[in-house]
Amino acid sequence: MPQVSLTVNGRSHTAEVEGRTLLVELLREGMGLTGTHVGCDTSQCGACVVHIDGESVKSCSILAIQANGCAVTTIEGIAEADGTLHPMQAMFREHHALQCGFCTPGMVMSAIDLVQMHPEGLTEDEIRHGLEGNLCRCTGYHNIVKAIAAAWPIMHGKELPLAAE
Amino acid sequence: MYDFTYTKPSSIPAAVQALGADIEAKALAGGQTFIPVLKQRLNKPSAIVDLADLGLRGIAADDKTITIGAMTTHHQIETSEDIKRMLPGLAKMASWIGDTQVRHRGTMGGSLANNDPSACYPAAVLALNATIHTDHRSIAADDFFQGMFTTALEPGELITAIEFPIAEKTSYEKFRNPASRYAMVGVFVAKTAAGVRVAVTGAGQGGVFRHTAMEQALSANFSADAITGITTPSDGLNGDIHASPEYRAHLIGVMARRAVAAA
Repeated sequence: MPQVSLTVNGRSHTAEVEGRTLLVELLREGMGLTGTHVGCDTSQCGACVVHIDGESVKSCSILAIQANGCAVTTIEGIAEADGTLHPMQAMFREHHALQCGFCTPGMVMSAIDLVQMHPEGLTEDEIRHGLEGNLCRCTGYHNIVKAIAAAWPIMHGKELPLAAE
Repeated sequence: MYDFTYTKPSSIPAAVQALGADIEAKALAGGQTFIPVLKQRLNKPSAIVDLADLGLRGIAADDKTITIGAMTTHHQIETSEDIKRMLPGLAKMASWIGDTQVRHRGTMGGSLANNDPSACYPAAVLALNATIHTDHRSIAADDFFQGMFTTALEPGELITAIEFPIAEKTSYEKFRNPASRYAMVGVFVAKTAAGVRVAVTGAGQGGVFRHTAMEQALSANFSADAITGITTPSDGLNGDIHASPEYRAHLIGVMARRAVAAA
């Protein structure tokens, strides 16, 4: 079987996979990183979003072996070692941006990428469009949008030029 | 998903050879359509040839053309300063494909090789009459698209780059399926020194097509008013649960007028 070597949350891993093994299967079943969820399994819902080399991607639509040599970050890898939450996680908690929580790992990973891609500022409209790849069936998105707008100034260390609301 | 062998060649000749050696081998570009297809067991390749290491990612511009490597992602295209400046309709088109995560992986070459009748890029490629470069020849857009999921590509032939001429004006408008975000109707308008070309995607049963009545009207007078009275026959248009052929015919006019107005 082919071998895949990749870095996950800063640690090097080597695993034997089948050609058809999806990245999300390697993460969840091969490495026990079950924070990354499988929702629709058809690349629509975004529950499986992780970062590959800093870009948000849907890990249910990528072969594990395509990530060979890449740096993967999952929801387990964004808090600090002492347990301090990432600003996006903290703002999701602060603004009650989750109910059942199933979509939350993917939402947080997409949201971090969205904020990082927009150092110039982020409007409410841009946040809502930026979440097109993530479905939440509980919250109606409103508090998720608030949480992302609140995380922007913390992640960029300055005031958000255009308030989300 | 059925299992397969996986290879990731590091040169175009090696990739062509790998695909040529096995009639059931398939090329993998961004995988944002192909991997879902494999998961549904709609395809059973014996081997997957990953094109990621062929050096086909990147955008090069001069004062007459923009050349986009086949493995360039939608995200790279939507954020390219050269494309935003010289072919703004193409940048806008890329920004409306799928979602951010799909745009980080999906590629222009993969989309064109698949030629989904609801894909966006065929409209830009046909309206601008771009040139499709492959591993051994160059194909004009006019000859490339040959019907739904059908192109001029031979088995094992790989797109390497797409060369777009710079246009005076480019614009794209798309009526999106709200769930899939594929085009129910998309219209790309390109104005060049040679005239105006209008290409419609998402609507035709045979995939992308040119709207010659609108092209003639817009070549004489490039304004939304010039095409207000032009209707599109619904014969040959797609009908499904989302829209009837008649509704799609109507949307073509609306999208075309919006595209011209925004150009």
